[in-house]
Amino acid sequence: MKKLILGLLACLSIFSAHASSEGPAWDKFDAKRVTDMAALQNGAKMFVNYCLNCHNAAFMRYNRLRDIGLTEEQIKANLVFTGAKVGDVMKSAIDPKEAKEWFGGLPPDLTLIARSRADGAKGSGADYLYTYLRTYYRDETKATGWNNLAFPNVGMPHVLWELQGQQRAVYADEKDPHDAAKTVHVFKGFEQITPGKMSQAEYNLAVADLVAFLQWMGEPNQTNRWRLGVWVLLFLGVFTVIAWRLNASFWKDIK
Amino acid sequence: MAEFKQAPAGASIGVQAMTWVDNRFPATKLYKDHLSEYYASKNLNFWYFFGSLSLLVLVLQIVTGIFLVMHYKPDAATAFASVEYIMRDVPWGWLVRYMHSTGASAFFIVVYLHMWRGMIYGSYRKPRELIWIFGCAIFLCLMAEAFMGYLLPWGQMSYWGAQVIINLFAAIPFIGPDLSLLIRGDYVVGDATLNRFFSFHVIAVPLVLLGLVVAHIIALHEVGSNNPDGVEIKANKDPKTGIPLDGIPFHPYYTVHDIFGVSVFLALFTAVVFFAPEGGGYLLEYNNFIPADPLKTPLHIAPVWYFTPYYSMLRAVTDPMVTVFAVLVAAATVLAVLKGGLAARWKIAVLVVGAVAIVALKLFDAKFWGVVVMGGAVMILFALPWLDNSPVKSIRYRPNWHRYLYGVFVVIFVVLGYLGIKPPSDIGTLVSQAGTLFYFGFFLLMPWWSRIGEFKPVPDRVTFQPH
Repeated sequence: MKKLILGLLACLSIFSAHASSEGPAWDKFDAKRVTDMAALQNGAKMFVNYCLNCHNAAFMRYNRLRDIGLTEEQIKANLVFTGAKVGDVMKSAIDPKEAKEWFGGLPPDLTLIARSRADGAKGSGADYLYTYLRTYYRDETKATGWNNLAFPNVGMPHVLWELQGQQRAVYADEKDPHDAAKTVHVFKGFEQITPGKMSQAEYNLAVADLVAFLQWMGEPNQTNRWRLGVWVLLFLGVFTVIAWRLNASFWKDIK
Repeated sequence: MAEFKQAPAGASIGVQAMTWVDNRFPATKLYKDHLSEYYASKNLNFWYFFGSLSLLVLVLQIVTGIFLVMHYKPDAATAFASVEYIMRDVPWGWLVRYMHSTGASAFFIVVYLHMWRGMIYGSYRKPRELIWIFGCAIFLCLMAEAFMGYLLPWGQMSYWGAQVIINLFAAIPFIGPDLSLLIRGDYVVGDATLNRFFSFHVIAVPLVLLGLVVAHIIALHEVGSNNPDGVEIKANKDPKTGIPLDGIPFHPYYTVHDIFGVSVFLALFTAVVFFAPEGGGYLLEYNNFIPADPLKTPLHIAPVWYFTPYYSMLRAVTDPMVTVFAVLVAAATVLAVLKGGLAARWKIAVLVVGAVAIVALKLFDAKFWGVVVMGGAVMILFALPWLDNSPVKSIRYRPNWHRYLYGVFVVIFVVLGYLGIKPPSDIGTLVSQAGTLFYFGFFLLMPWWSRIGEFKPVPDRVTFQPH
């Protein structure tokens, strides 16, 4: 049996070596931030200010923000700009027709964006968003003037550019390691063109807050789920011991 | 009609009440027949947990399903939003939904293990053929149930998965296009499809499923449970009581045993529900958090993991593979004619059937044969009781090389499942073609190979060490 399982694992590992995904690797988002209320509140503020102008969060109600430590009054006063009621879902004011004209399509709903963008081989959806929002660069060949390393030919311009400033991507031609006759276009890094309101470290933290909020919004209940899960498992652990002993006490009669 | 009984004078209210009921409904008789005086072999091992666990998961799915239907909207415009409503706004809705979505995968895990138990201990052999057949029918219903249920969240993978699978039916010659139209209720997967799948998922298939489960258990309790030794415990009864010497009452011994199994299972199950409900994208696919969009085809469409072994077999059937089938059919035909010892009339019949099969193989599209192979891979399970010619039931008394063969069978099934998740590749196709040939070879050649080798003597009584 053991041999069988080992052989099985060996087989699987041969195949998984072939599995690889395209594009650059994603930076790791610090998942602990999802339980940090201050980060989530800052993320919510950024989300309402920068994202909600064009994107909907059509499954997310404003008053759910109470879960990240805000009162209904605070939500109404600071986060509801569209005249929506506090029990309404987060709808953007953008006209779908105009959106199509500007971006070539309706910007995607962001409620579940962190859940939908995960990739088994590359990381969580939060990792993707954390990379994506930090890898915008100037590209005059694009209609918006912007391009993105994690999402090539992206339709959305760099909305946070005032904070990050403008950067350009530096590429170099290198010999193809697989074919000496060819050269490949290799990404070497970013070069700041104009400074933003924030330093690079500050910007990274701000994006991390926004991503924490997006991750939280994907499933506002996730931290409760973990908390409850611990109790359920503790109970089942104890119950399993009781069931095991109960079983043994019945079965000791069977010869 | 049974004799009308009278409670003894001065009996307690409880006894009087049960007597009243038993005169009108066989409550005590049912309790005795199926629990307290149903005798199961005392050596049932780990593998025997999965029958009762399947029943547990069935109940979990039905109960959680009832609560989901209270809030779910089977409407293409609102289905996706109603699932998110359940996840966010319905109190405990998230838990019910995660239990249902995780339960679907758990169902297949316990059912696959349950079927595997039947295979290695020969639980499908005489007199348990009907139990096995009912079981195979349950498996088939379960696949239909899971497939149609998967459309309901109306995410991208729901939509395109259904699109791909329904299109398979279109490959059937002559009736295919009309058949797929009938299934969809439209020319593309749409609101009509969602509504009929909802109807099938919540009422039609579960009704059949429950009926089959009852039949499965009635048949089991008629002939009695098999055991890891494949010994018929009813052959050795206590001459005085008529109770099998190796049998113990199901209740309390196996109920208490199953409670232990249930608690371990629930610990694993809830660990997934609470800490990994997405299951790394295998239980809830990431793409399915995007609402269905008929205009945007995902790059890679794969069915949920529990279908992927069969999906691999479907994809394995390419044009060269059909040629391999044709060659195999030709070889089998020649072999049957030359070595089969058949009468001249039958020889001609075999030749005609072989020739027709080869012509059909080359005439119709490989895609159609892929569908046939996928369906055949499930249907062939029904024939298992008549394919196995081994003189013993249990793997314990079979030649060692039979054990290895069963081991390879599992490995190949898992590898096929793995390949079905991945996008097609040259090497993957080759491996899944070899796997498909092995899978069918395993069953179709079983009448011959299952007889070969040195079998060990089967004891009269079951092997059991008290614990």
